[in-house]
Amino acid sequence: MLAAKNVLDPLDIAEAWVREGREVAIATVIETWGSAPRPVGSHLVIDGEGNFQGSVSGGCVEGAVITEAADVIASGAPKVLDFGVADETAWRVGLSCGGRIRVLVERVDG
Amino acid sequence: MERKILEALNAARSARRAAVTVSDLAGGSGLIYLEGDDCPETWRAAVGRALQSGKAGIVDTEQGSFFLNVYLPPPRIVVIGAVHISQALAQLAPVAGFDLTIIDPRTAFATPERFAGVELIAEWPEDALKERPLDRFTALVAVTHDPKIDDEPIRAALAAGCFYVGALGSRKTHATRVERLRRAGASDAEIGRIRAPIGLDIAAASPAEIAVAILAEIIEALRRRDTSQIKGAIA
Repeated sequence: MLAAKNVLDPLDIAEAWVREGREVAIATVIETWGSAPRPVGSHLVIDGEGNFQGSVSGGCVEGAVITEAADVIASGAPKVLDFGVADETAWRVGLSCGGRIRVLVERVDG
Repeated sequence: MERKILEALNAARSARRAAVTVSDLAGGSGLIYLEGDDCPETWRAAVGRALQSGKAGIVDTEQGSFFLNVYLPPPRIVVIGAVHISQALAQLAPVAGFDLTIIDPRTAFATPERFAGVELIAEWPEDALKERPLDRFTALVAVTHDPKIDDEPIRAALAAGCFYVGALGSRKTHATRVERLRRAGASDAEIGRIRAPIGLDIAAASPAEIAVAILAEIIEALRRRDTSQIKGAIA
């Protein structure tokens, strides 16, 4: 293969978005316990309109992270989010696989 | 994360330099360290560990909790020899997530027709590797059967700490190669790192089967590599 850049790389996308003048937040898996779909260090990037690329889980908690990212973009203050096992009766956002993850969400500044 | 850190990180990744970012979980400003650059005493040990292990994680200090993320270059395969095995390997490597480059000075072998869509350099390995040097995130596969072409990149791969160095040839061919490398100054430990005969022993017979055996051996070397022995981390 030619050494082309991976077009789905979240951090390359984040930089391109910033260059276009979009507001951007980066979410990163910082801790996992038990079965977790994405390893520590994985990224999801979100813009001010709710567009996103990458993943921090298998699609289980991305919706909640995107919602929180809007707050982070508005306030500029980073957040650490905890997600545990999904509680089906309460319809709580969580990981159906039974694991737990912590996600850091921070705005790209400057 | 500050924009300038994001840009420095993407530049490092694009230049195949390992990098560590430090994020203050309480919201303080972030930092980035590139492998080989100076790193202040406070972070030297933690950053060095992260670079060696490739593992990201939280570090608790008296100043609070910090998240260290590690970005190692994607593994790359450099093949010396635009032969039949290389044609199959060039098709398999991207499926398994490896970048791949083929180098062969013999223009009869290194033709775009035989290697459509593959990064192909029709130069002597010594010249081609000056442009893009081997590193510890690279696997070197020498399959020309010709000592004039294979020997020098094998020596360079051992010196660069490539995570995999494989050389095609029978045990007899390899024995004479070992003699030449020893005369050229390679140590026994270095010579012991060469995988020869090349490829996992799956009784591969056809060029495509040998390519599968080589790729499997590369994956094994990558996943089972002893990160405590990796050179080049921040001391």
